[in-house]
This record gives sequence, structure tokens and C-alpha cells, in this order.
Amino acid sequence: MSTVDKKAGGADPAPASAAPLLEVADLHVEFRTRDGVAKVLNGVSYHIQAGETLAVLGESGSGKSVTAQTVMGILDSPPAFVTGGSVRFRGEELLTASPERRRAVRGDNVAMIFQDALSALNPVFTVGFQIEEQLRVRRGVSRAEARKRAVELLDLVKIPNAKRRVREYPHEFSGGMRQRAMIAMSLALDPDVLIADEPTTALDVTVQAQIMDLLAEIQRDRHMGLVLITHDLGVVAEVADRIVVMYAGRIVEQADVRTLFREPGHPYTRALMESLPRLDLKGSTLTTIKGLPPNLLRIPSGCPFHPRCPMAAERCRTDLPAPVRLGPERTSACHFAEELISRG
Amino acid sequence: MGRYVLRRLLQMVPVLLGTTFLIYVMVWAVPGDPFAGKCGERACPDAYITEMRERFNLDDPVIVQYGKYMLNLLSGDFGETSSGVQVIDRIADTFPVTLRLALVALVIEAVIGITAGIVSGLRNRGFLDSLVLVSTLFLISIPVFVTGSVIQLVFGIQWGVIPPTVSSKATFGELIVPGFVLASLSMAYVARLTRSSIAENRRADYVRTALAKGLPQRRVVGVHLLRNSLIPVITFLGTDLGSFLGGAIVTEGIFNVPGVGGLIFRSIQTKEGALVTGLVTLLVLAYLVMTLLVDLLYAVLDPRIRYE
Repeated sequence: MSTVDKKAGGADPAPASAAPLLEVADLHVEFRTRDGVAKVLNGVSYHIQAGETLAVLGESGSGKSVTAQTVMGILDSPPAFVTGGSVRFRGEELLTASPERRRAVRGDNVAMIFQDALSALNPVFTVGFQIEEQLRVRRGVSRAEARKRAVELLDLVKIPNAKRRVREYPHEFSGGMRQRAMIAMSLALDPDVLIADEPTTALDVTVQAQIMDLLAEIQRDRHMGLVLITHDLGVVAEVADRIVVMYAGRIVEQADVRTLFREPGHPYTRALMESLPRLDLKGSTLTTIKGLPPNLLRIPSGCPFHPRCPMAAERCRTDLPAPVRLGPERTSACHFAEELISRG
Repeated sequence: MGRYVLRRLLQMVPVLLGTTFLIYVMVWAVPGDPFAGKCGERACPDAYITEMRERFNLDDPVIVQYGKYMLNLLSGDFGETSSGVQVIDRIADTFPVTLRLALVALVIEAVIGITAGIVSGLRNRGFLDSLVLVSTLFLISIPVFVTGSVIQLVFGIQWGVIPPTVSSKATFGELIVPGFVLASLSMAYVARLTRSSIAENRRADYVRTALAKGLPQRRVVGVHLLRNSLIPVITFLGTDLGSFLGGAIVTEGIFNVPGVGGLIFRSIQTKEGALVTGLVTLLVLAYLVMTLLVDLLYAVLDPRIRYE
């Protein structure tokens, strides 16, 4: 994987004065299933600084959630195995750290919220209990003090009537309120990085916007690093600083939000943008990306996107494109990256 | 909740009436002379028969007999056997023994079954998992009278580590081995139920959340996973206790435990109608109360369930 090494080495253009808050480098994960070995991550690298929002964009199966779970150390193993790469928090390697150390980082330094809050919260415990639990178990806070903190946290995520609702069960909350409760829970130990795995996917559109605003506000106020995993370009545009686009367990493009939206440097990103409904093109047929996401048991040779790519040429079938640097903090893993952006 | 309990209690009345009536009718409908053999080798004297017919209202139609029986029952009178012993005294002699046996069996069933289930559920397809699966299959396939007799023979007679039968006092200590035999079948079911429940919940989203919160593994399993996985197991144990209270004819028979099961068996053979009806009524009642308790417990264990 020399291509990925290059990217990992050159990902951070700033002088290496301080290690990034959280850094994933050349991560390889495979799922060993009865049908064979699925290469789920094939050299994923990204990093995030304090106060920054990084969006991880990709279709289902592109590896965005698996990357997050590897960072957290909560992969189901078996079937998942980390076969290479590193995850560093403030320069400290986590993949080789002791299970105790990894556990200490979880929730405290890096916290995570999940897509479907109804199934992600334990149905038989009150919302309050689930927030207080971390404070009591990990900080040794008294029951009464933890309850006070839980009410404050519910207030912080703008749940009305926090004093009463802290005693209620997850099923008594509405979808949006449940997601807020989960955000409150993730903030209990005041984490440095919050990974939000499709936090709005299970919600109504109006509620989605409220939750995104809340996340953005909390991220700003606490100067937290926010890793926002999503397949929704609209969500990304509003809150993210930088974007990495994933495809078949690889990062195909990374750029800051403005640049990415102005001139996508990878045919896949371009296709994603073209498949967005647009007001100024009302009445015309919506563009779709033809074909299916690749089967990870049999990833296509060369560039994994070539069977679906409108620009695919002969070399795309044989050569895996190395990430091309297109600017500071900007890469694209496409043989035609430079042509793409010069064409505009 | 209060109204729900009241409704359930009221529902018990027709159930109880129906079962007692059926038992009563069936006991008196059993062919044969109820006084055969009551007077030893000789046939019973006519005076005795007349008196007995009088005492047990045998000349009334069955429905009237039943009515009289139920009226007495309401005033707490369970009637008496043909030899003049109060039915309630016989129940008071045997029921505590059965209760002790049931509790011993329940504890054994719960402790061994749940432990085995957790161990095997947490390691899917390991050696321990296979061990639990095979041994529970073994227990399920063997009839209780075989398990009981073999244990009695080996431990009680050949090795002599336990007394082969239980004394008339039937203390908790003496009941451990009979309790184990009585529990063996359910224990296997509890182990399997726990195993599948744990295996199913092990990959649940809330377990992943608990891990992501950085909780110790002990707490993730012991609090988050177990609390959810044991809900079906506990309701199973509750109904099982209800049926243990009905006595265990086979187990009691093997170990000579002076409990309800054997008493029912003997009183059916000797056509002691009042005793059979009284005992069965009590057992039906015990079972109904246990079912109600299980249902209420279910709502306590799973807050998503509410009874209006």
C-alpha cells in the first residue's frame, strides 16, 4: 500500500508542531466471513483538530462507520479484524494500547453517538440512569450529584422539563428528543472528540435541522472536534469545515467544504453532487450514479470506482490511482484529478 | 395497575369455579364403588354406607353436591376424608414439603441454568458453548424417572453419599438431590433460553453504546446485557415455580418425599373425592397467583410494558 503511505505522510500540510487531536492513518480492516474475506477498510487516513468539524461522506458499505468503530475500539471481533494502520489520539497510539487504556479513552476523550437512538439507548433504564452511569462509574460522582449533572446536560441539549424527563425511559421520548438525550449522554464526560454516526438519518427533516444546529452549537461552544459521518451532502454543506469522501474502504477525495462543492476533484464526488435534486433544474430527470456499490468480497481491480465511472479509461481498470495533491489539505485519488479541476 | 390487578383477580373466579367443578364431576364420575375396600376384607355394613352417603350428600344430584361443597369451601371448610381426617390437615402436612422442594428446585434451576446459559451465550461456538448445548440436550431427552432413579442408585445406594430417601421431616438439606432431579429438565430449558437471549442481545445497539461509553466489560454484560436478556428467563422461572407447586409425582415417588404430588396420586387411587378436589383447587389457585405475579413482574422488568 505505498499509495496510502504517501497520503498518510503528506496529509497534514501544517508543520508538525503539534500532533492532530485525532488521527487515523492507513487503516486496514477486514471482515472474515464464511463467504470469504471482505476488505472493508483499505488504507483510510484522516485527522481532526480541536474545534474542527470533519464530515465523512459515503454510501452504505463505504466503511465510514467501521472507521469510527475502529477508532472507538468497539468493532465486533470476530468477524472484524484490524490488519494494519494506526489510530492516534494526541499522538498516542491507540490500536496497540492496553484494553484498559482504550476503555479510558472511550467516552472520556472520544465519545460517539449513533444513528438510531431508540435501539442505541438501553430500553430498560431511564434516560437519567444512562447519563449518570458514566459519571458514577468513571468519575465516582455521588448519585445526587450525578442526577444534578444529568439534568444540566438535558437542559444543555434543550430538552424541556429536564427535571421530569430525566426519570423517563427512552421509549417515552420522541425521536428528536431521544437523539438529544443521546447527545447529552455523550457529553457527560466532556469529550475532546465526538463522533456522530449518521445522527440525523432516522429523523424527520425538520428535526434533522434542529439536531444538526444543536451539534454545531455544542461543537463551537466546547471547541470540540466533531467527526460527522453521513451520506447526506446537504447536512455536510452546512456544518462541516472539511470533508473526506469514502468509497469501498478508501478515501477518494478530501478537501475543505467550499472547494469540494465548487469544484469536486473526483468523478465519484462529482456524481454525488449531480445526483442532488436542484431547484434550478426543476422538471428535469434526476441524475443517478449507475451501478451498485462494489461487493467488498470482490473489489474491482484498479480504481474500485471504474465500473461506475463515466470517465473510466483503460488504466483505471489496472492501476489503483494514488491520491494526488491538489492543494493544501486537498487530495483526490483519481488518474484524472488534475484534468477534472482544470476543466472546472 | 391497581385496576389491572383487580380485573385479573376477578378473572380468577370463573377459572376457579370451572376447574373445581370439572374436578368434582370427574372424581365422582370415576367408575367403581367409592366404598370398595374401605372396610378391609369384608364388604362395608349397610349402616356405614348409609351414613357415608348421608355425610357426603351422595344421594343428591352432582350439581347439588357441588353447590354444597363450594358453600362449605367458602366458609373455609375443605371437608373431610372417608376416614374422618380433615382435608385441610392433610394439605397442611404436605404442602410445606412441596413448597420447600419447589423452592430448592427453583434455586438450582435458576443458578445452574442461568450461569450455563450466560457462559455459553457469551462465547458463541466455543468449547463451553458446545458442552452446554450437548448436556442440556442430554437432560431434555432423558425422562425424569430415569434421571431420578439413576441418581438415587449411584449416589444413594452404591456410593452412599446421600440418604436414598427423604425422611418424614423433609428438610431443605434432604431435598437438594430430589430438587436437582425435579429441576433437571427445566434447568436445561433455562440454560438454552438464557443462551439464545444473550446471544441475540449481545450484538444489540445498546450494548455497543455501553461499550462506547467506556464502561467496564463486567458492567456492560452484568448490567446492560443481563438486565435485558433475563426478562424472558425470569418469566419462565415464575411459571415454572407455579407448576412445581403442583407437586411432582415422579420425583416425590422416587425419593419418598411426603409432598402434595404423592398425596394427590394416592387420593385418586382411593377415590377420596374431597381430598382430590381440595388439593387441586389449591394448586390451581397457586398457579393462577404465580401467573399473575409473573405478569406483574414483567411490567416491572420491562418498562415498555404497561397495564392500564
